[in-house]
Amino acid sequence: MHETKEKHDFEPKIVAFVCTWCTYAGADLAGTSRLQYPSNVRVLKFPCTGRIDPVFILRAFQRGADGVLVSGCHPGDCHYMAGNLHARRRFAAFRGLLDFVGVDLNRLQFSWVSAAEGGKWVEVVTELTERIRAMGPMEEFKTLETEECWSGALATPELQEAYNQI
Amino acid sequence: MSRIGVFVCHCGENISRTVDVERVAEAAGHISGVAYATDYKYMCSDPGQGLLKKAVAEHKLDGLVVAACSPRMHEKTFRNAAKAAGLNPFLCEMANIREHCSWVHEDREEATAKAIDIVRLMVERVKKDKALQPITVPITKRALVIGGGIAGIQAALDIADCGHQVLLVEREPSIGGHMAQLSETFPTLDCSQCIMTPKMVDVANHPNIKLYTWSEIENVDGYIGNFQVTIRKKARSVDMDKCTGCGVCMAKCPQKKIKSKFDCGLGTRPAIYVPFPQAVPNAPVIDRENCTYFKSGKCGVCAKVCGPGAVDYDQQDELITEPVGAIVVATGFELYSIAEKPKGSSIKGYGEFGHGTIPDVIDGMTFERLASASGPTGGKILRPSDGREPKQVVFVQCVGSRAREKGISYCSKVCCMYTAKHTMLYKHKVHDGQAYVFFMDARTPGKSYDEFWRRAVEEEEAVYIRGMVSRLYQKGDKIVVMGSDVLVGVQVEIEADLVVLATAVQPRQGADSLAQKLGISYDTYNFYSEAHAKLKPVECATAGIYLAGACQGPKDIPDTVSQASAAAAKVMTLFAKDQLEREPIVARVNERNCVACFYCKKVCPYGAVEEKEIRDRQGNLVRVVAYVNPGVCGGCGTCQATCPSKSVELDGYTDEQVMAMIEAL
Ligand SMILES: Cc1cc2nc3c(=O)[nH]c(=O)nc-3n(C[C@H](O)[C@H](O)[C@H](O)COP(=O)(O)OP(=O)(O)OC[C@H]3O[C@@H](n4cnc5c(N)ncnc54)[C@H](O)[C@@H]3O)c2cc1C
Repeated sequence: MHETKEKHDFEPKIVAFVCTWCTYAGADLAGTSRLQYPSNVRVLKFPCTGRIDPVFILRAFQRGADGVLVSGCHPGDCHYMAGNLHARRRFAAFRGLLDFVGVDLNRLQFSWVSAAEGGKWVEVVTELTERIRAMGPMEEFKTLETEECWSGALATPELQEAYNQI
Repeated sequence: MSRIGVFVCHCGENISRTVDVERVAEAAGHISGVAYATDYKYMCSDPGQGLLKKAVAEHKLDGLVVAACSPRMHEKTFRNAAKAAGLNPFLCEMANIREHCSWVHEDREEATAKAIDIVRLMVERVKKDKALQPITVPITKRALVIGGGIAGIQAALDIADCGHQVLLVEREPSIGGHMAQLSETFPTLDCSQCIMTPKMVDVANHPNIKLYTWSEIENVDGYIGNFQVTIRKKARSVDMDKCTGCGVCMAKCPQKKIKSKFDCGLGTRPAIYVPFPQAVPNAPVIDRENCTYFKSGKCGVCAKVCGPGAVDYDQQDELITEPVGAIVVATGFELYSIAEKPKGSSIKGYGEFGHGTIPDVIDGMTFERLASASGPTGGKILRPSDGREPKQVVFVQCVGSRAREKGISYCSKVCCMYTAKHTMLYKHKVHDGQAYVFFMDARTPGKSYDEFWRRAVEEEEAVYIRGMVSRLYQKGDKIVVMGSDVLVGVQVEIEADLVVLATAVQPRQGADSLAQKLGISYDTYNFYSEAHAKLKPVECATAGIYLAGACQGPKDIPDTVSQASAAAAKVMTLFAKDQLEREPIVARVNERNCVACFYCKKVCPYGAVEEKEIRDRQGNLVRVVAYVNPGVCGGCGTCQATCPSKSVELDGYTDEQVMAMIEAL
């Protein structure tokens, strides 16, 4: 018997950027072990976390992601020797930048999940999903829909004044 | 791409049980650019692949998405099918709706919605896919085998017999590994030395095998077909070319009281030594830590007595770099020594059962040395403490193994069988002795294995007590073993003369650091991971590296030898070709945009980035740009994410492809 699932008002969109060798394989293992986790996550596969450009994360937030996960091999286990270490360094700097522009860093998670850690993948994804669900949707960073731009909804008096001065 | 085909697999019921596959196919049909979408029971089957090929022809498809299992499972299958249908294989992608969807979610609605999303992302990706041509690289037809136990020996002999050169690297002074230490072997009780030493001699005499003993792997560069390995040949202090193996140095060495590791500390050896008489090579090594000459500069007896003048105190470690095309890892196992906790170990239970404090509590390998005809007691079972013959021996199985709470949850696989063997060897040597075995389960799958175990119980009268030992202590010259017999439901107490612990089989200490040099993966215990538990049991995920023996998991000799021969067969398959086709997932530089900052060069783990000069027709240097050598590039893409001018792109994972997926979120 399955328990009846709780229904939530808000289902966050989680995007995971993962490397092929460790985390993708770990997520596969979660599958072969039939572990269960929330279905909110969409996985994008890369050869290595070293390939993941911070721009991808920004764009994902703009395109509606409420939370982003970046996950690769444990330090020392990189299939490409050191790609994950470059990624770690890059994202350490990138977090500072995100913080500066006002993104709540709780929305962005980094983790190491190896090919043997199906259970850890489930934990990380479940925890992130629940955290983001509690935080609510990420509004401040989305791109404006075309209609929104032209609807006049944004034409505040301040904006109007600014236009008039041009 | 504007004519994409989407194929949704049911995987029997594996996918269709939780994902409404028809709805996924129907939704896929509505995505712009999709010309054909369908679902089928088993896409990977012959008719499934036939369906795909037929659809390509009928609907003039120019891109494919197969929504099925993980690409790690069947990407090759479907890319080959695409190729057979006349499409470039890299225009076929898999949407993983099994491992990442149907198997991990229960709610049909949610799973179906997610599956549709996954398919949509992959369709957008395929639209940006480009046809890629495989890269061919030459193959160096020489193999490296790491570890000279029975696994390494068997693999090396097989490859060498096939006509290819093999480098066999062993870190001890002699090859042989654990099998050389065993007395007699289950299930036939033939003498281990008798079947092992001829193979060791074959290795020494084989014209195609180059043996590096007392050597370790320092560094590994390159990739399948083209590895560069650096071997550290440790200073032996003996010139192997001059040494005749006469043994006078060992006989005359005044320092004789060093505990022999080969004899598990039961016997002693000199400072200049071969670990055992049948060692291959038969040239000794000076143990510099214990040698009087190296400690105080005095002595030098071995050099004086050596006729050929082979002793060389000034020898240095040598670093040798060799090109090889394939690597077999066969570094074997180690017994969990519960006496002392190694640095950094997370396993609990050290110091239990009096191991290390009570001299007559020994492990299984020590018992092998006691029972071995060439061992320190000449094959007599005698107590290490006082040399008396033990009349009551208690064997304890599963020490460490299958003890989840202490950190090792696996079964060590060989202990049930070798404990049964030990009880027999004991009975054969001490006729009036009695063996008791504490056990959880008797696990004896294998040809003639259960019969062997039954013989130990029924004919050799070993008393098997089902239950664990709770306490063990020294009382006079006896060891009192207390435990429970869970079948009868009583407490038992045995006054034993000798206790033998079947401690867990573990990977070698430092197995992880070798794995890091090789770039192969390992599990939480440090056993090396095969690429697929069932279908690729000897391959590593890293191409060109194969596994043999107990380094991959606990194994007995028959299994070890089979795996070693299988690994050798894989190497020979690779060497059967002159050129290797590589996946064309490599980085390319857009020379027009490159500003020659060479950040890519700094981050490249492979050293694949070169500085390329662009000259005009007069030969004047115009500028310097980055160039990625496709033969060396490993395809991680770190350069691309690092490049400030966005002038390098990783084929197969271009910004366009990734962004197309993100836009579709
Ligand atoms: C007490 C006991 C009794 C057993 N009895 C039996 C039996 O009766 N029948 C049976 O079928 N099986 C038996 N086994 C199992 C048997 O020992 C193993 O199956 C077999 O030894 C595995 O061989 P291997 O080559 O994989 O590993 P090993 O024998 O451990 O050899 C590995 C080799 O690699 C070398 N090495 C390690 N690391 C490095 C490195 N970094 N660089 C270079 N070289 C390295 C080591 O020095 C060693 O020579 C027994 C095991 C035990 C513990």
